[in-house]
Amino acid sequence: MNKLFSYFQESFFHDFSWIPSSLERATAPPDPRHEHFSAFLTGKLLLRNEIPLDNESFQQMESSELLATIPAIEKHPWGYKCRRCGNRKRHLFASLPDGAVYCRNCIMMGRVSEKEHLYAYRPDVQWPKHVDACQWNGELTPAQQHAANQILSAIGKDSLRLLVWAVCGAGKTEMLFPGLNLAFAQGKRVCLATPRADVVQELLPRFQSAFPSVEIQALHGTSDDKSGSAPFIIATTHQLLRFGRAFDVMIIDEIDAFPFHKDKSLTYAADRAAKETAARIYLTATPRPKHEREIARKRLPVVFVPRRFHGHPLPVPQFITAFDFRKTLKHRELSPKILNWLKKRVNADRQLLIFVPTIEDAVIVTDILSFYIPSITSVHASDPERSQKIQSFRDKSYETLVTTTILERGVTFPSVDVLVFDSGHHVFDQAALIQIAGRAGRSPDDPDGEVIFFHQGKTEAMVKAVETIWKMNKLGRRM
Amino acid sequence: MHCLNCHEIILHQVTWSNLFSPPSDKKICENCFSQLERISLPQCSICARPMDVNGICQDCERWESEESWRGILEKNVAVFNYNETMKGIVARWKYRGDYILIEMFKYELQEVFQLHFSQQDLLLVPIPLSQERMGERGFNQALAIASLIKAPVREVLTRIHGEKQSKKSRKERVNTENPFQLLEQVSKPVLLVDDIYTTGTTLRHAAKLLKEGGAPAVYSFTLVRSG
Repeated sequence: MNKLFSYFQESFFHDFSWIPSSLERATAPPDPRHEHFSAFLTGKLLLRNEIPLDNESFQQMESSELLATIPAIEKHPWGYKCRRCGNRKRHLFASLPDGAVYCRNCIMMGRVSEKEHLYAYRPDVQWPKHVDACQWNGELTPAQQHAANQILSAIGKDSLRLLVWAVCGAGKTEMLFPGLNLAFAQGKRVCLATPRADVVQELLPRFQSAFPSVEIQALHGTSDDKSGSAPFIIATTHQLLRFGRAFDVMIIDEIDAFPFHKDKSLTYAADRAAKETAARIYLTATPRPKHEREIARKRLPVVFVPRRFHGHPLPVPQFITAFDFRKTLKHRELSPKILNWLKKRVNADRQLLIFVPTIEDAVIVTDILSFYIPSITSVHASDPERSQKIQSFRDKSYETLVTTTILERGVTFPSVDVLVFDSGHHVFDQAALIQIAGRAGRSPDDPDGEVIFFHQGKTEAMVKAVETIWKMNKLGRRM
Repeated sequence: MHCLNCHEIILHQVTWSNLFSPPSDKKICENCFSQLERISLPQCSICARPMDVNGICQDCERWESEESWRGILEKNVAVFNYNETMKGIVARWKYRGDYILIEMFKYELQEVFQLHFSQQDLLLVPIPLSQERMGERGFNQALAIASLIKAPVREVLTRIHGEKQSKKSRKERVNTENPFQLLEQVSKPVLLVDDIYTTGTTLRHAAKLLKEGGAPAVYSFTLVRSG
């Protein structure tokens, strides 16, 4: 009966009791490389071929219990479970000719099977303590300071979760600095996980200049150094699949964003990468209903940052109907409503950021608009020149950029008007629309860009998005 | 049923012609399949390389002009071109070790085999892996292909461990020593099975041994033709 209950429980909560606890009195092997080596191994779940040791010293470490062997595939009455990625789907398991079952879900990281195990390093590793590591001397706004204090006290205590609900452009990165300062002073290991590699690359220099004495590593699919041996790791969420019970502070940026909230294995990995006693900080501008419910039930502490760092309210989207958008697009024309708006633009020096639902639309709209606006280009996810185009838009080489939802978050352009064509399309959900609206008015010099939703009938997502923005602005006025 | 390549659910179109037939157990979805290229005519009549006109390609001419290699390999038959999608699939299958992926090509492998070799009484011989590589990978990719074909399979070759072929240039490959050993004599014509035909060196080395060991003719059959 007990067993049955544990299976039941397992399907709701992740059980990581199979990760071996760290050894109390670690007898370190006498090896000069050892310090770097144990920093590399600790908190990881690695395959044999990911551990750079010859067979002899590997076996020696295994027999002296410095390395624990962990079977990677669990067998249950309902099927199998991969301990590395949390996969339980039957069709994502297969067997080798010798009958060993392997996981197909995480095979791109190297195969784990019933015969190919994971290895964990058991000695306890002490991370260097840096007192007053924070060299940033900017000032936080009152709203940021409030959130920063909450984050600081969450990091000070153990096993606490905190959701930071901060509007787009609130200055989330700076709010983390006081808390991180404390964490490094206590010798804690910190991970900041974010969904996209470009964000990792953008964050690394900012943290490096704020914490020059702390070793920081950036991990993402194409990063050069994948060792992950630093006390502070900035990583894409996929990289967490190699970690287990590694971090004392786990910060997840954009917890509502695409790969994280869709891919269960990433939630699993993030859950496992943090130590049981870790403080978990979630950052988001647009929480998913799951987190909103938890907030309503007071199960998840939350702190609001309703004000942007420059103190101005969020631009509120306007709705303009363009019922003939699809029809005119078929004839390779734009709806007269849109063209009218473009002609009568109030502030025509601003750059223009146009969101469309699909890649095909982006191509057609760019084609049509290039007749009116000569310096225009488009980007989408499979565009090889994506980052160059975004950079040259930032340098104002282009006046207008047409994009799919890939630019909905994480990018900042100082002075833009934002248009959404066909905003009722299902790719524009509430979160996407709030994020898109948040692209406007980012700079203190031009804090209120226009946001226009051209639609063919209002959708709930559009109405809710505007309501949420109103609510945040109201909260912001009260502060 | 999920597509083995993209993991999406495969939806079968029900039409009047397949309404009463048992559902097919295809393991690749239409979308993924359309990204693959079947090898089509015109091609080299020896190695199945795609060409502008029918004939024999330069590489094969070079092989045939050498006394010691002439007529060693009768003909190679391949199923797919080595395009980007196929490269991705082969890399995942062979190097990452996703063994089950080969089942996606079961029907095409069987169809092409039927078309070219069903008239003859052939013995299938998969190109072997060295023990070290076998230990790493957990399966022999050539045997995986051979076992999908309805014909007798016998592993009469072994391999001495060497460098990976895919890391070498053509000249290095052609001039290497024969990496295989024959375990027993054969009397029937042989169909060698491998995953990729690149320069044909591997297959010709194996074919030479088999011919010396009594095989009257040696053909080869590969999943892809690269180059």
